[in-house]
Amino acid sequence: MLILQCPYCGIQCDETELAPGGQAHLKRHGPGSSDEDFEAYLFDRDNPMGVHFERWRHANGCGKWFLAARCTTTLEVFGTYSAQTTEPPAEIADRIRARRPNWEGRT
Amino acid sequence: MRRYSAFAIAREALRHHTGWNRAWRSRDPKKHYKVIVIGAGGHGLATAYYLGKNYGIRDIAVLEKGWLGGGNTGRNTTIIRSNYLQDPSAAIYEKSRSLYETFSQDVNYNAMFSPRGVLMLAQTHHEVRGYQRTAHANALQGVETEFVGPERVKEIVPIINIDGPRYPVLGALWQPRGGTARHDAVAWGYARACSGMGMDIIQKCEVTGVRSDGGTVTGVTTTKGDIACDKLAIVVAGHSGHLAGMAGFRLPIESVALQALVSEPIKPCMDCVVMANTVHGYMSQSDKGEMVIGGGADGYNNYTQRGSFHHVEETVRALVETFPMISRLKMMRQWGGIVDMTGDRSPIISKTPLGNTFINCGWGTGGFKSIPGSGWAMAELVAKGEPGPLAAEFGLDRFREGRFIDESVAAGVAH
Repeated sequence: MLILQCPYCGIQCDETELAPGGQAHLKRHGPGSSDEDFEAYLFDRDNPMGVHFERWRHANGCGKWFLAARCTTTLEVFGTYSAQTTEPPAEIADRIRARRPNWEGRT
Repeated sequence: MRRYSAFAIAREALRHHTGWNRAWRSRDPKKHYKVIVIGAGGHGLATAYYLGKNYGIRDIAVLEKGWLGGGNTGRNTTIIRSNYLQDPSAAIYEKSRSLYETFSQDVNYNAMFSPRGVLMLAQTHHEVRGYQRTAHANALQGVETEFVGPERVKEIVPIINIDGPRYPVLGALWQPRGGTARHDAVAWGYARACSGMGMDIIQKCEVTGVRSDGGTVTGVTTTKGDIACDKLAIVVAGHSGHLAGMAGFRLPIESVALQALVSEPIKPCMDCVVMANTVHGYMSQSDKGEMVIGGGADGYNNYTQRGSFHHVEETVRALVETFPMISRLKMMRQWGGIVDMTGDRSPIISKTPLGNTFINCGWGTGGFKSIPGSGWAMAELVAKGEPGPLAAEFGLDRFREGRFIDESVAAGVAH
């Protein structure tokens, strides 16, 4: 069972307590952007085999959204962090690099 | 390729079964093929088969990183139906269902297609209206379905509890010509027929890169060396995003785990397929007597081919409510497959930004039932370079243009 720590209330939540919310750090493209950007924002997803950044909501808990870095091939969790960020924090990136030396960073 | 027949069995019985050949040839790849199909699952093999049968293209290699049919083709719950709401879906799934009817004769391999009927329960008033609408749509599409009341449901499936405590059965969408087939045999049958046409099926050959020149594909890099090709068909279900990355484009797809499980074998008690989408579970009985059970997909990206336990729990809880007699059954096996989900829950059969490269993916949780139809449509796209009527609506451009085939609303979950 997947267990993530909610960065707001500090609780170790198993996945029955959480609601998955898809890819994190999407750059929003709204009115005035090109069709390509808008399509990519709405539909295209990273879907990597490996390190993935994603949104979760502590649905049956504090109700807050947070972000997680996780490996999609091993289900290893590298850490969770605040949703009020546009990039993964340095400490999360360092932890990923320590575990995945070949990781090329977020593309 | 020696034909399988009653006569062949009698002949072999008389000579200690020494005359059977391997079902398909195994060989190392050639340097060049006209078409390379990546993925020897049902869809990939069907694509190769119809390229050979319908378009006479036989210089084809089907590359498989694992073993033949070892992905989702061997992991699904073998349900075949075509009771879809939207016209493009109904057309391709009905084509597929009708090809399944003659599959065994066509490829000379018994896939044990069993048109035992598929019942989709309506357990809320919303669902009743939804399925009545689907039944009307199906009538216009030429797909034979019928909306039936609870008494008829009880008649078709005597073991069902129609007065469930949470969600009583208010009716059902009944497709008498839907059913099940032996999933492995579908892959094996197509593989044998493809091999018989002179195509190469190369297992344990993982594609590690896609080579191109001036925006057009020239070949692939694999664990068995470089192979050149004129045209490339990517048919890899859950790993589509990964392969698309190699070919240099992105897809509106997320890969998640979908699970299934089977019980210990019991005497025949249910001779059709029942799907309960409100409570989230579906069940049929295999020829061995096992109850074959499937449920919902996980909500997060996952390539591990194993899913979350709580989904199994939810599925079983729902089915025990619907079929109280299964409450004491022991479950024998549980497994997961990686399904590729698109934004509108409908598949993609499309040209790609890379020239002479085509992709067939996004079947999500509905891959098995669509194998022959998907292969038929994909073969036309690969052979002609342009989609035919079955594939036309399923292009990648529908996301940009907003022409969704919104089965996520029509089908709910198990689709």
